Amino acid sequence: MRWINRKPGPGVRTMLMLAPFVLLVLAYGLGSMARLSDNPSDKLLPALGTMVDAINRMAFVPDVRTGEYVLWSDTGASLGRLSIALGLSTLIALVTGMLVGMLPYVRALLAPFIATISMVPPLALLPILFIVLGLGETAKIALIVIGVAPAMIRDLALRVQELPREQITKAETLGASSWQIALRVVLPQILPRLITSLRLQLGPAWLFLIAAEAISADSGLGYRIFLVRRYLSMDVIFPYVAWITLLAVITNFALDRLRIAVFPWSNLEAR
Amino acid sequence: MSEIVFDNVWKEYGDQIVLEKISLTIAPRAFVALVGPSGCGKTTFLKMLLGEEAPTQGQITIDGVPLVAEPGPDRGVVFQRYSVFPHLTVLGNVLLGKELRAAPVTARLFGAARRAARDEAMALIAEVGLAGSEDKYPAQLSGGMQQRLALAQALIMRPKVLLLDEPFGALDPGIRADIHVLMKRLWHETELTVVMVTHDMREAFTLGTRVIAFERPRDRPEERERYGALLSRDIDIWPPRIAGAPLSNTPDQDDLVTPLDHGQDDLAPTQGV
Repeated sequence: MRWINRKPGPGVRTMLMLAPFVLLVLAYGLGSMARLSDNPSDKLLPALGTMVDAINRMAFVPDVRTGEYVLWSDTGASLGRLSIALGLSTLIALVTGMLVGMLPYVRALLAPFIATISMVPPLALLPILFIVLGLGETAKIALIVIGVAPAMIRDLALRVQELPREQITKAETLGASSWQIALRVVLPQILPRLITSLRLQLGPAWLFLIAAEAISADSGLGYRIFLVRRYLSMDVIFPYVAWITLLAVITNFALDRLRIAVFPWSNLEAR
Repeated sequence: MSEIVFDNVWKEYGDQIVLEKISLTIAPRAFVALVGPSGCGKTTFLKMLLGEEAPTQGQITIDGVPLVAEPGPDRGVVFQRYSVFPHLTVLGNVLLGKELRAAPVTARLFGAARRAARDEAMALIAEVGLAGSEDKYPAQLSGGMQQRLALAQALIMRPKVLLLDEPFGALDPGIRADIHVLMKRLWHETELTVVMVTHDMREAFTLGTRVIAFERPRDRPEERERYGALLSRDIDIWPPRIAGAPLSNTPDQDDLVTPLDHGQDDLAPTQGV
């Protein structure tokens, strides 16, 4: 049988799925053991046990100075910034993307401009944002929005234009106005894509969040990583990176479930 | 009633002439089938009638009123594909026209108005043979059922003119014969003028009251750009079919059985007008 036609069963599939993760942890454990046996005070690859201690300290023991549980307050601060920024980006992308996709006049006005803006490296704008908007939350949120919204707008505008012309014509023969077409034909078909677009932008959004927090913040996951970097606290950095990854993976998965739950038809077409 | 008049209509795309000198009067309640080889401008003709394309020269009128240059609710349409909305259920698809007409801002109906519209939509869904599938999405329907749905969706607007762009071209012969019976019944029962583009000669002669053929008389490569297609044949079906008066003993139906070795799709090119 050809390899392209061989398919793993459910058990094998689960094993294959877990294998790279297990291998990664194993490789780390071996490397860490090798280094620690040479030098027990090595900080680069701390033992898994040391990391568990660090997680315990960060997540379940209140900070002596502030009385806060550091991991949770950092997570709250970061997720707060991220959700405000992504909410704003989504709203901007939805409205602008539909206008650009549907109306030739708006497309002529905005499409080249948005294409240009989306080419500006957002991190190069970060100093400007800090100077203009100050070092507070606004600059961080603005960075994420600037980094994420143009790509989402372009994606949505393209999806709107990809809707079969027949559908729009059909709606017109049913007497629909431009507004009604936007509301009943374009919007519902674009919302699932908006969720997917948002999922695809989660990675960049985290990138911009960590970058902004690294440079200027007093809380947040990115802030913490860059703070403890000074003490070479790899036992804190590794769990934080894993935690950020986990948060992003969960968000990604939850958004996809949300799409299927709210728009069941959007999963039928792929058949 | 709805008399459609084409008065010396030309259509050009840039230098390419697609249709020339089309002058034609379509009587109210006629069922016109447009046939012709691929690329002869049948679909362009339909698009002009739909309002998607404007004629380069000449004028199209319905009941003496010049056609506006965009599609409107007086002309329903069924395409070969993408005629129904994938995000709406069967009921939602049929209901949409009513909702768009009645609620300009929200495009949704509520309460008693919705119930009344719903009853009308359900009756129409049953009429086209989709009773029981009201809550399914189009992706869960077969091709034939989707086209039935598209017919119901168009007819709820009570359009004066129904335009069909190869609506049954993608269906297999058995399903197509069933939907022909439905199409005939709808045409007899509804105040409709139908204009249908088809590749299938048999379909044209089975359904139409009048078969019109487009053809390029000058089709050498160097001529192709500067000469468009003309109206080459205009055949009234005899004995005449009259809307609202179905005949039982004329060749009104498809053959019951299509020979396996001689599918309908094979017939059209060899019989080409």
